[in-house]
Amino acid sequence: MSNKMHVKLTVNGEEVEGLAEPRTLLIHFLRENLKITGPHIGCETSHCGACTVDLNGKSVKSCTVFVAQANGSDITTVEGLVNADGSLGVIQEMFREHHGLQCGFCTPGMITRAHRLLQENPNPTEEEVRFGMAGNLCRCTGYQNIVKAILASAAQLNAVKEAAE
Amino acid sequence: MKDEVQSPEDRSAKLKGMGCSRKRVEDVRFTQGRGNYVDDIKLDGMLVGDFVRSPYAHARVASINAEAALAIPGVLAVITAKDLEPLGLHWMPTLAGDKQMVLADGKVLFQGQEVAFVVAKDRYAAADGVAAVEVDYEELPVVTDPFKAMEPDAPVLREDLAGKTEGAHGPRRHHNHIFTWEVGDKDATEKVLAEADVVADEMVYYHRTHPMPLETCGAVASMDKVTGKLTLWGTFQAPHAVRTVASLISGIAEHNIRVISPDIGGGFGNKVGVYPGYICAIVASIVTGKPVKWVESRMDNLMSTAFARDYWMHGKISATKEGKITGLWCHTTADHGGFDACADPTKFPAGFMNICTGSYDIPVAFLSVDGVYTNKAPGGVAYRCSFRVTEAAYFIERMIEVLAIKLGMDAAELRRINFIRKDQFPYQSALGWEYDSGDYHTAWDKALKAVDYDGLRAEQAQRIEDFKAGKTRKLLGIGLTHFTEIVGAGPVKNCDILGLGMFDSCEIRIHPTGSAIARLGTISQGQGHATTFAQIIASEIGIPADDITLEEGDTDTAPYGLGTYGSRSTPVAGAATAMAARKIRAKAQMIAAYLLEVHDDDVEFEVDRFVVKGAPERFKTMKEIAFASYNQAIPGVEPGLEAVSYYDPPNMTYPFGAYICVMEIDVDTGEHKVRTFYALDDCGTRINPMIIEGQVHGGATEGYAIAMGQEIAYDDMGNHKTATLMDFFVPTAWETPHYTTDHTVTPSPHHPIGAKGVGESPNVGSVPAFSNAVHDAFRAFGLVQSHMPHDQWRIWRIAENLGLHS
Repeated sequence: MSNKMHVKLTVNGEEVEGLAEPRTLLIHFLRENLKITGPHIGCETSHCGACTVDLNGKSVKSCTVFVAQANGSDITTVEGLVNADGSLGVIQEMFREHHGLQCGFCTPGMITRAHRLLQENPNPTEEEVRFGMAGNLCRCTGYQNIVKAILASAAQLNAVKEAAE
Repeated sequence: MKDEVQSPEDRSAKLKGMGCSRKRVEDVRFTQGRGNYVDDIKLDGMLVGDFVRSPYAHARVASINAEAALAIPGVLAVITAKDLEPLGLHWMPTLAGDKQMVLADGKVLFQGQEVAFVVAKDRYAAADGVAAVEVDYEELPVVTDPFKAMEPDAPVLREDLAGKTEGAHGPRRHHNHIFTWEVGDKDATEKVLAEADVVADEMVYYHRTHPMPLETCGAVASMDKVTGKLTLWGTFQAPHAVRTVASLISGIAEHNIRVISPDIGGGFGNKVGVYPGYICAIVASIVTGKPVKWVESRMDNLMSTAFARDYWMHGKISATKEGKITGLWCHTTADHGGFDACADPTKFPAGFMNICTGSYDIPVAFLSVDGVYTNKAPGGVAYRCSFRVTEAAYFIERMIEVLAIKLGMDAAELRRINFIRKDQFPYQSALGWEYDSGDYHTAWDKALKAVDYDGLRAEQAQRIEDFKAGKTRKLLGIGLTHFTEIVGAGPVKNCDILGLGMFDSCEIRIHPTGSAIARLGTISQGQGHATTFAQIIASEIGIPADDITLEEGDTDTAPYGLGTYGSRSTPVAGAATAMAARKIRAKAQMIAAYLLEVHDDDVEFEVDRFVVKGAPERFKTMKEIAFASYNQAIPGVEPGLEAVSYYDPPNMTYPFGAYICVMEIDVDTGEHKVRTFYALDDCGTRINPMIIEGQVHGGATEGYAIAMGQEIAYDDMGNHKTATLMDFFVPTAWETPHYTTDHTVTPSPHHPIGAKGVGESPNVGSVPAFSNAVHDAFRAFGLVQSHMPHDQWRIWRIAENLGLHS
């Protein structure tokens, strides 16, 4: 297994590269090679969504993508969603405000998915949020406060957008 | 100073103490992916371990050939029971007084059992190694049914116990029998049942399931051969107990072991026990001289570490014609799997199952539990419950419903006339507990009113008529539950784990500038300890919660404690926190009096300061007192301001609640929709309402999963049928109901701040509420009892069996 491939990615705005076996999964490359440990491993079968990252503008479960498939792509993880000054981004702040997390293990995937969901649908209904987040499992919160946090994020992001226009 | 002219109320609000919905301090790092979970730990030269697991549920291991595995580049070692035997580590003690194979010693007893441990340079090489280890198995007859396991000619599972007629909990009467545990008055109960007006007799099965935290179990062991010190990071709900156990079984002196629980991605009981992976990681680190990480996959997790429940509860409940309960009898057959690895206090082999008289004043009762070995995974942990309280609550809340059917009574009214009355507390139960406080009638009436119970029953009656008239195919179920928990284990006089008394601890140090650090013997897994325990201290000694750092989980720094499970953190460590704070306050009072040149008794505590009685303008703030404690020579008072408390609770606490679920059921598809879920909890004094509400949402969602589809299932060959999230039901945001929370407050009279604990109540209370709703929907058509989980097919089958499809 020594045939390593050269991979190049943009992760959270930074160009990174490294060597990886062709079978290396994106989640392992992020966590072990790049030490980006926000995305977590909860099932390795694409069910739980703890490993969700944003790949070329789409939510992707990085436990079922080879890093080779992601070569050349633009990836955002939860670490990349903080503001430039290091403060929490709107969705991160709303998760805290509305108690949308407990153990924190699903949270990076949840927030990364919520980030994309709100790009896809800036004004979701509660039902649309519940449907749009159904690829991400949480064992602690019962989702009620996660949904609340995402709806509050939508309102706040829209208010910021309106103010800018 | 400006803040000193503020009113006591304003100053109090600034502390963010008890009763306020303080935002969680943990969230700042969690929301940006800066948590530090065990799989995030990466040490120089770290190796990875993975298990070869048995594909058979019962087989002899004829041979293990590691040659091909060792030839794979990157594979460094393959450890088997033979390698562990000289160290005495091929078996390990369980928390239940049994022992368990670390690696297969001649045979395997369940599918997924650990057979060999492959150590490699990374996870890919380890996986290659696992695939290349050749194991020859000789299949043996399998038994997965605990009743069949107790038949005379059942296969012998535990050959190591051959001839042992005495187990850890008394006599064994069969080769697959573990223990019999009896509580209560058998003769008196049987007499009452024989003479009763009405007896309801039913088998209630609480199926096997699994806590399934989103983070699986794992550990990193690092043996420093220079210092002789072993550091063990891991998903441990009880880090101190792990250190003691690791020392006892490895022979490494306890001071040379440092156990660290980093951030834990949910526990729910899964992370209380000690697993073969922890032992193998330690051994592999000692052997290789390098740090070794073991993190189980989801499939490993669901197959091998810590199932929950699996209780067959045969009940008889008797009553007068008017519905007054006269007696309760229960015999439980408990399926423990291949090893008895239950996580219960030593003297309670069936946990606190003897809380099964529930919220009711039942004059006489008898409980017996038989523990049985089968070819299933070991465990029997308390999945978000205090040692079998969930099983007990489900049992009594089903028996009440069954009795209501037998009596032709409304189940809400039957509960009401049998509740323990407020004036009966402290209440001595027939099965040996002293309930500390409660006001069940008030909670019940509030709950029924909140959901408009009478209106719901009228709607249901109309629905039944419409159904019979062919106007609808949907039925309406009203699921009632009034549960009483028993948490906060527990008094050292009757609660220990492996001989370690179940006290807990807190150490508080006030810094010269008036901020503080507190360390506890517990460990948060999402409960928000860093937030709430600081609130207790803030209210007790007047230091703002934001100025208090809270640390847990490092056995080199935290005081000894028994950890977090069984809703014991607030009842036990929370009490220790208040007591340590009060020691500090007592010393602060002496310092304040000295500084104010008055007698100790002439100052009194007010929010964040000591004030001279009758002269409110003369005071010393805690900040001033803290500084003085470090820079003034005060006669008779030691310098510094810190305290530690080891708290041995005088009793358990007894949180309770009233839950009501309203469910629509489609008779033709078996689909259900939860229309309303109302949860009223009484957990005594409320420390952080936001966190309490979050706990209720989460626990109720676990209960929803358990009641409506989640199970660990095996076929007759012992094949595990639910080992991935494809088959093991975990609800998403889409299925999960919306919850309405409510509360009453009945403080615990013996707890320093009156708190009772809440984390597990919603799991305990919601399972019967969901299940009773399903049963209630079909009550009018003759359904008495149908076992969980109530997935779509099983609900469809209820309707089919009742002839509702014809």
